[in-house]
Amino acid sequence: MPYLGNEETVKELRRALSNPNIQCDQLRYRNTVLRVIRSMSQGVDVSGLFSEMVKACATVDIVQKKLVYVFLCSYAAVNPELSLLVINTLRKDCQDPNPMVRSLALRNMTNLRLPSLVEYVEQPLTAGLRDRAACVRRVAVLGWAKLHHLQPDSEIDAVVVNELYSLLRDPDPVVMVNCLRALEEILKEEGGVAINKPITHHLLNRLKECDLWGQCEVLRFLQRYRPKSEDELFDILSLLDASLVSPHPPVMAATLSLFLSLCSGVPSVSLAALERVRGPLLAACGSGSREMKFAALCHIQLLLRSIPGLLGAHYKRFFCGYAEPAYIKQRKMQVLVELVNDDNVGMLLDELKGYCTDVNPDTAQTAISAIGRIGRSYSDKCLEILTGLLGLKQDHITSAVVQTMRDLIWVCPQCSDTVCSSLEGCEETLQDSQGRQALLWLLGVYGERISSAPYTLEGFIDEVKSEISPGVKMELLTAAVRLFLCRPAETQDMLGRLLHYCIEEEADMCVRDQALLYYRLLLCGLDQTRRVLQARRSDPSLGVFIGRPAEPVGQWARSFNTLEPLKDGAVETEPASRGSPEHVTFDPKPRSDLPETLSCSYSETGRSEDGDGDGGDGAQPPDSRSAVMASSTAAPLSLSLSPPLSPEEFERLWLQRQALQDEPGCEGAREEEDCVWVEECIECPTVPHCSPQSLQAAMQLVNIQALAFTPPQALPWRVYLYTHARRGTARRSLVLGELLYTGAACRLGDGRAEDEQTEATAAGRAEGEDGERRGIKVTLRLQPRDETCLRGFLSVLTTVLNTLTEHSD
Amino acid sequence: MISQVFILSSKGDHLIYKDFRGEARSDVVGTFYEKVTSLSGDQPPVVMKHKDLHFVHVRQGGLYWVATTTSDSSPFTVIEFLNRFAALVKDYCGSLSEKAVHMNFALIYELLDEVLDFGYIQTTSSDVLKNFIQTEAVSLRPFSLFDLSNVGLFGAETQQSKVAPSSAATRPIQSSREQGGKSEIFVDVIERLSVVIGSNGVLMKADVEGEIRVKCYMPNCSELRIGLNEEFSIGKSQLRGYGAAVRVDECSFHQAVRLEEFDSHRILRLSPSQGEQTVMQYQLSDELPSAPPFRLFPTLERDGGGRLLMYLKLRCDLPPKSAAINVSATIPVPKGSVSLSQELSSPDQSAELRPQSRAVVWQIPRFTGGSQLSALFKLEVSGLSSASMLEVGPVCLSFELPKFTATGLQIRFLRLSPVQPGPSQRWVRYVTHSDSYTIRL
Repeated sequence: MPYLGNEETVKELRRALSNPNIQCDQLRYRNTVLRVIRSMSQGVDVSGLFSEMVKACATVDIVQKKLVYVFLCSYAAVNPELSLLVINTLRKDCQDPNPMVRSLALRNMTNLRLPSLVEYVEQPLTAGLRDRAACVRRVAVLGWAKLHHLQPDSEIDAVVVNELYSLLRDPDPVVMVNCLRALEEILKEEGGVAINKPITHHLLNRLKECDLWGQCEVLRFLQRYRPKSEDELFDILSLLDASLVSPHPPVMAATLSLFLSLCSGVPSVSLAALERVRGPLLAACGSGSREMKFAALCHIQLLLRSIPGLLGAHYKRFFCGYAEPAYIKQRKMQVLVELVNDDNVGMLLDELKGYCTDVNPDTAQTAISAIGRIGRSYSDKCLEILTGLLGLKQDHITSAVVQTMRDLIWVCPQCSDTVCSSLEGCEETLQDSQGRQALLWLLGVYGERISSAPYTLEGFIDEVKSEISPGVKMELLTAAVRLFLCRPAETQDMLGRLLHYCIEEEADMCVRDQALLYYRLLLCGLDQTRRVLQARRSDPSLGVFIGRPAEPVGQWARSFNTLEPLKDGAVETEPASRGSPEHVTFDPKPRSDLPETLSCSYSETGRSEDGDGDGGDGAQPPDSRSAVMASSTAAPLSLSLSPPLSPEEFERLWLQRQALQDEPGCEGAREEEDCVWVEECIECPTVPHCSPQSLQAAMQLVNIQALAFTPPQALPWRVYLYTHARRGTARRSLVLGELLYTGAACRLGDGRAEDEQTEATAAGRAEGEDGERRGIKVTLRLQPRDETCLRGFLSVLTTVLNTLTEHSD
Repeated sequence: MISQVFILSSKGDHLIYKDFRGEARSDVVGTFYEKVTSLSGDQPPVVMKHKDLHFVHVRQGGLYWVATTTSDSSPFTVIEFLNRFAALVKDYCGSLSEKAVHMNFALIYELLDEVLDFGYIQTTSSDVLKNFIQTEAVSLRPFSLFDLSNVGLFGAETQQSKVAPSSAATRPIQSSREQGGKSEIFVDVIERLSVVIGSNGVLMKADVEGEIRVKCYMPNCSELRIGLNEEFSIGKSQLRGYGAAVRVDECSFHQAVRLEEFDSHRILRLSPSQGEQTVMQYQLSDELPSAPPFRLFPTLERDGGGRLLMYLKLRCDLPPKSAAINVSATIPVPKGSVSLSQELSSPDQSAELRPQSRAVVWQIPRFTGGSQLSALFKLEVSGLSSASMLEVGPVCLSFELPKFTATGLQIRFLRLSPVQPGPSQRWVRYVTHSDSYTIRL
């Protein structure tokens, strides 16, 4: 901070420094020097005192010497000539019998950062490398790195490099670590210090002697080493196992980083290492230092990308503390979203609900969007909370809720009824442009279900003149045209007004161009407009569950233990959906012929069939979209996906079973008589570990559509699927199924089980006997009842799952 | 690798600045402060970026401790280093505040010089550093008559006081050498309690994070033996002794702790270095040996005139001999709250409405175990609707429980060897803080 009496201070200090009376009195001299440094650190420019300070350097008082060195190192660059005067004192000090004085002189000599002084420094540095005292050697080793840093172009002295390599065997661990650091800097051009086998083993053996900083550094350098054999790799890993669970987070993180780089070819070991650090990482999350807490949380997010189920049981650790800063709360909520499962969803939502009314708007917004994310798997509970929040009528909360609903509906179209009914009246509380854009998008896309949509839109159109945000205007245009397509009578007039205003009066180019585009599009006719604007209202690539696939560790291993994960928005679980969802997840080549939901599977199925053509099915016309399974035991059974089944329909049919179970006496509705429920057990324990993509692909090969998954490794693991099965020319029956893996041995339902599938029941029995093997419980619903079909389907499913098991082995 | 280290006061004054590599200019301090102040809220993110320079900072003692570094350095290392450096400054200066740093800047420069060289961490052990640090600390503590309270007539120490003055542990470690400071050792058991109690009164979450800290002012203490409860057990399966077991889930020790006698007698052995160090850390989740210290019985009502009535009964379930101090309950209230009228059960309590944080804060200076307090708050809320009730709660309590540990961990004995010549004092202190104590309504 520049300081008023600047000149005066410097003048006064100079007088004091050159006062012989003060110079005689050691204490007063030191105090004057102290005042100089104080002014310096307050930002006063005291460089004018350089020559006086050089004189003050020649003293026996070590404290004063240190102070003067602080001064000299700061101002040497400004006064290179005068600095030459210091060098003599420094060189003399390098001969001092006191090792502390020697190391001090040597350190500051190299800290002056003056290229002109290099020739004077080299000799003391060489001597320093062989000094008796470790503290001098430490300084000398780094001194060479400083010299090189000062003159990066100068030639590298091979003698020095050799000497540094030999000092790796120095008895002092800090000297050893400093040698690594110095060599790394000096040999940067050649790729840094060479870590060969003898050096690696030497470093590993001495790891225990180092303090935690040294350990971290050594572990970092070891990442460069590639073991020559598997045995060597495992020897190294077992040596490092203790530091993997070190109570010091820096050591733990550095060790894990080394593990991940050493085991990049052995994923199973990396995953085991991740499991092992769970304890220490969780401990770091509860650390007293909130910065450490934050770092640990950010790294936990990385780990969860590869093992989503890693911390499911510890979700309570991530509940937010009341006094925690917003940045920690936000990360904790992001972690909580990843940890949700059937058992804890209630607790989690209760907790998140409490954060939604937080004083800090950012925290509130994060909480609301976290609820929205959970809503993808547990839509009813979440929508109930979200609609409740709308009742608060607070602008930032309403805005966040509407945005969240928009994002949710894009992924889960089955929520649309609840969302549509709750939107009424929101426009009055919404203030910010993001929220209004979200509302407009919803009004446009679901306009036919919201009775008040035209009136709300009219309100917006009437005020368009005073609207500032171009984003809102563009969204308004789209919404108005969309609404016009489904409710022309009510909207025509206002659309006309809006287009007129935007084309004639609007100043913003983008808005005007968009209005012109829509105008011309409407001129082409309604069908054309419909094709462009009513393409889709949901993201076709996602099922009902979130099912974020487990990434391989290699995806993030490089950024582990760097600042990368701590940066804002570094571990964004989703692209920040600020605009309309279509804009975010926009498919570059939209296929307008795609029907609304879940239809993308068609084309993929077609493709995979083509690839499958070598099996002899190639003769079949691809558009029949069916594959005959060679493995089918009964008469030719064909599975097909058309007509598609929407998730809502699936849910409705599936839930009939619960209704049935609730009232065991009643035989259910008439249509129920025609369907059959079956429970089976298929033994293939590794399937829950395979990625949703491969499962989806495998199922699609045989025309089974998986509607929803839980993430891999999560417990309980579930998949919902459906298909249409047809045997010969018989009636087509709709098959709905659930695969459930709880981790426990599977138990068949009471009496409902029909032991038709001999292999499966045998497996079930075997598992009952030794209690070791675990199976996947399959629940199927067949409508209409057809035993042969059922058997056929089960065998197809078993084959698929077994194939997957073999692959994942 | 750390490029620069600086300490800023919360108002942005430069207290300490040291450049280790000469790569960036000193105006980065200004850049950092601009970035901090330009953000809303007083909690800037830990890592901030300016061009290719990364600032990592921690807040301690109301100061910003900042290091600039490159993006590939380990955040754990840098944060741990800054924390450790702040702890060193605290050890050497006695306390951590803007004033202490300001008065002892020469000492801090000296420390920085020894701790970091060319941006590489050399050592942070106070055993090593004490050989190098020459500057005397300037102690902040002003002369106070209270310090004389246990000095008798003509300055003779009349009695060995049973309780250490709270300032005893906030003096510089070095004063023990020359200034004839007392040879003392403090062993603190500090626990942080985080609890969530559901609206039905069920304990939803209870975590305890604890640590044993040793603060040593003895220049030559070769071995310290700390005896914990014999029944102390780690993990779920292990049970020891027949008495009420003291159980923790996980436990980790400082690397200098020797555990030969730990398995058989629960004794920790270490050679304490001067200054403060954390000897043992432990955690307990989801299971408290006793009832949670506070229960709340709320009644919320909305009366006809747009007023919100909150009748809160707070019960302290500590044993009657213990007491909680500095209890403060924060009750979030609806947004439109305008004014508060209150009825509290005793005059030393206070309550106020803080519109900024949208909460009513009820403060109780001392709360004895087994007792119960009640408060009636009437809030004037504009635009009170049934939905606004969603905004009331959860209630957060913050408190301090002196002489109490939530896990029940106790220190049986503290032995020094060799037996110290002259008067030496050993202190054991227990305290439980609330990390986050939330009661849902």
